[in-house]
Amino acid sequence: MYMQVKDLSIKYGTKMILKQIQMNLQKGEVASIIGPNGAGKTTLLKSMASIITVERARIWIKDRDIRSYSANELAKTLGYVPQHTAFGYPLTVLETVLLGRKPYMQWNVTAHDLEVAGAIMERLQLAEMAQRYMDELSGGERQKVLIARALAQEPEILLLDEPTSALDIRHQLEVLELVRQLALQQQVLVVLIMHDLELAARYSDRVFLLQQGQIYASGRPEEVFTSANMEQVYGVKVEIGQGSSGLKLTATLPESR
Amino acid sequence: MQRPIQAIYHGSVKSKLLILTSLFLLLVLLTLYAVSQGAVEVALPELLAILSGRASDEMTAYIVYEIRLPRMVMSIITGVSLACAGAIMQAILRNPLADPFTLGVSSGAAFGAALAIVAGTSVFGINLVSSGQWMIALNAFVFGCLAVGAVYGIAKLKNSSTTVLLLAGVAIGQLFSAGVSGLKFFSNNEALKDLVVWLMGGFWGAKWQVLHILLPLVIISLVLLLKYAWDLNSLCAGEDVARTLGVNVKQVRWVCLLLVTLMASVTIAFTGIIGFIGLVAPHISRIIIGTDYRFLLPCSCLMGALLLLLSDTAARMVLSPIEIPVGIITALFGAPFFVYLLLKKRKDYWA
Repeated sequence: MYMQVKDLSIKYGTKMILKQIQMNLQKGEVASIIGPNGAGKTTLLKSMASIITVERARIWIKDRDIRSYSANELAKTLGYVPQHTAFGYPLTVLETVLLGRKPYMQWNVTAHDLEVAGAIMERLQLAEMAQRYMDELSGGERQKVLIARALAQEPEILLLDEPTSALDIRHQLEVLELVRQLALQQQVLVVLIMHDLELAARYSDRVFLLQQGQIYASGRPEEVFTSANMEQVYGVKVEIGQGSSGLKLTATLPESR
Repeated sequence: MQRPIQAIYHGSVKSKLLILTSLFLLLVLLTLYAVSQGAVEVALPELLAILSGRASDEMTAYIVYEIRLPRMVMSIITGVSLACAGAIMQAILRNPLADPFTLGVSSGAAFGAALAIVAGTSVFGINLVSSGQWMIALNAFVFGCLAVGAVYGIAKLKNSSTTVLLLAGVAIGQLFSAGVSGLKFFSNNEALKDLVVWLMGGFWGAKWQVLHILLPLVIISLVLLLKYAWDLNSLCAGEDVARTLGVNVKQVRWVCLLLVTLMASVTIAFTGIIGFIGLVAPHISRIIIGTDYRFLLPCSCLMGALLLLLSDTAARMVLSPIEIPVGIITALFGAPFFVYLLLKKRKDYWA
């Protein structure tokens, strides 16, 4: 098993944020975490990235407790892309991507670091904007740069918190295509938090549906996206059909006709 | 059309090194000029002769070595240490208005130093013997730490926002200023004079003995801080991200904050309060060299040294032979800049 979450519970004060989460994730798969606001999605992802420290041996990567990884070791294994980044002083695109080489670098940027960063920037079509500052970019370009930074870590696991939420439809598709290719070609394990259910259905191998800190359902998209599940978790009526490119979900409020 | 990343990177490094070299040369020239100016003017050929050890006139050589040079070195090192402190504080607190002054380090250190001066004034006044100097430095450091600890703690309790941090800085600063006023009120004539002169901020007290403490301290701190350049860059991307990039955020914060508090407060102990350099120098540097701390830190230091040496030279020459306290000059150009930053601050990045 590549990455495991074993019976993870997290409490803030008296409030349970996560309850007995179990996840078994495979190499090269795309897994989506979905659920209504406040279900604990971000907390779960941050625990998996070790940003939130878990008290006991609940999260395992390659059969090792995540807490036994050194900070650098983990940074070489796992990349994290936050939901929205508040900028400090803006770096250039190139400097931002090079930050991803931090776990490999001493003080100098080596030729190899530049090679890795360069290849990733070519692939994401960021090379022409290498010298531009992050605050001059559009939301879509910025999201790609942040993904490029995570990729520069050469991670085997990539965690993304709502990577498509601020993007127009074209950039949403670009980002998700990219993520799927990474999983297919480089066998990266990708875990996404998604709000758009149709896109989640289309791009995920597996879906975890969270409700109030618990996994309500998990499995292949067509197993999770059922009218019963959606009504139970989101409180909406959903008609589920088969579109040309995947599942088609039409949601309506139960009161309305 | 499209250049490979390697070329872009090396090009930008080269231009940044060029900026650093030019600033350094500028600083050397300014130092030579500042040393030659004063009540006794020393012409450049004579100055060069003295500096290369072929002094023709003992008196002039004495003025250059024992009066002017220590003062220039003192203003350079003070500029370096205040600017460095400002640049680091702005990174680790993720706040563009952070500097030793706004965070209360200056007032705290001033109080500590004043306490040492008043308490020990019969033994050492402003012309301090060396043991007294150490005590003043230590006192300044302890109270500087107390001040920054209190400000940081208050901000953390609330929500770490820019507003809370600045207001806490003002409050703690006022508290220590009141302490200094109290000391003034209760001290005797001798100590009072020392205290007042010292508080105005200036380099009258510049002596090689003082520099023997300051120089190694500032240089060692600076080298240690430079090692954290990539960690500081990562922190600019946010705390969560920095952690996933392998940065030990807590350790970086504490080590850096401790080092800059040490640098700034010990410097302040010998110069008095000199405002705004720590705020202005890093911002100008950010505009000309960018945010990468591997270059920003040295650039800020050079910029701070240049600005302060320039201010001190102006302070000596504007109303010559009367010297204006240098703190007045730095406030004169620093305060408007501070207001400009407040007005221009882009909310979305700092909220």
